[in-house]
Amino acid sequence: MRLALYLALSLLLVAADLRFALLSPLRQAVAAIFWPIQRALLLPVEGMQDASAYLAEIRQLKEENETLRARQLEQANLLLRQEHLAAENRRLRALLAMAERVEAPTQAAQILSATRDPFSRKVLLDRGAAHGIVEGQPVIDETGLVGQITRVLPLTSEATLITDKNMAVPVELARNGLRAVLAGAGGGVLELKFLPINADVEVGDHLVTSGLDGVYLPGLPVAEVTKIDREASSTFARIECAPLAGVERNGPVLVMGKLAATPPPNAEPAPERSSAKARKARSMRR
Amino acid sequence: MIQPTHASKRILLPVKPWFIAASLLAALFFAWLPMGPVVFLPDWAALVLAFWCIHQPFKVGMGIGFLMGLAMDVAEGSILGQHALAYVVLAFLANGWSRRVLWFSLPGQAAHVFLLLLLAQAAQLLLRLAVGGDFPGLAYFLSSAVAALLWHPLSYLLLLPQYRPIERDETRPI
Repeated sequence: MRLALYLALSLLLVAADLRFALLSPLRQAVAAIFWPIQRALLLPVEGMQDASAYLAEIRQLKEENETLRARQLEQANLLLRQEHLAAENRRLRALLAMAERVEAPTQAAQILSATRDPFSRKVLLDRGAAHGIVEGQPVIDETGLVGQITRVLPLTSEATLITDKNMAVPVELARNGLRAVLAGAGGGVLELKFLPINADVEVGDHLVTSGLDGVYLPGLPVAEVTKIDREASSTFARIECAPLAGVERNGPVLVMGKLAATPPPNAEPAPERSSAKARKARSMRR
Repeated sequence: MIQPTHASKRILLPVKPWFIAASLLAALFFAWLPMGPVVFLPDWAALVLAFWCIHQPFKVGMGIGFLMGLAMDVAEGSILGQHALAYVVLAFLANGWSRRVLWFSLPGQAAHVFLLLLLAQAAQLLLRLAVGGDFPGLAYFLSSAVAALLWHPLSYLLLLPQYRPIERDETRPI
């Protein structure tokens, strides 16, 4: 009897959490209470990481230093001329009477840890509602797109990685502008969906965000095509990709500002839902 | 329970409620250690909960399991109610099996606990797959096996405050 009661209660919670997002205040309150404990528990883990970093060999550090220097030199050409190029771009756009490209403000954050939930791929960031983080902001690192903020707690937030099964990113091929949807396929692999078997895709192609969803700025590097399986028996090619950003790695990331949301083409007042599934469905519809 | 197992001749001191609470809380803290998605780590909260549900079925049951599950859900960022559901099932079965399980030796008990934890994991897996989660691979069930292996040391550790010196008294009935 009591078992039935408790089971019903838990299932009710599950339904309320998934369908109606009713429990967000409850979760926020509990998370705020647990925050000091969470930080305290992070200390031993961080201590161990610091200790192993301290013991890293000098040779390793030198190598890293050299690669960083080389990369900086490679990028110096672009970086030094960036101001000039941006100004030129602005003038040309004004000349062509095109809309100004939006520049989104960014905020630095640190990945505290990956969440322990084995059914999804999420990370915990050390910035939350108190720092102005809102749901839906893209998260990037120095090499590309990492994911998207999906849950904001008072002092922390959860970002769903692009490798999560319920995450979809509208992308285009950098080489020819072919548009597609990139979705997580489990096991840290991404899959380029719904492209016909004769689509012009090659191994090594780079994918960048297309910006069609109004969430990501266009042109952010996302992934690289690693394997193409063109089976005549299926309508779509099976295209596997690897993320460019250090998606499964801890470190500093940038949380980009949210773009002004463009209304959907068939302007139905869709209720704003927090579940990744709804987002996926919406971004696919576009 | 006044003996470590029903077959044992040792008589235990009564359990202290604060020790149960402290051990459950410690298990929760262990479970919250941000180790990342390492699937084979045992679910400490479930293991310690199963221990007290088996040893103290009148003190620890579904209510405490439900609350611990909620705490785990918030900390892990999983669906609210997922762990609660699993721990309620676990506590119910552990309470029900309590009298049977305690007749077995420690390896026998560990086998029962393995089954219990496996069921709790299966409940979570079914729930998550039903709502469109990612299958984490069969290594997911390793966590229960590791936890069952830890049953033996854990039993000694958690019963330690209740032990007292063995009395050599041949005339005592049990």
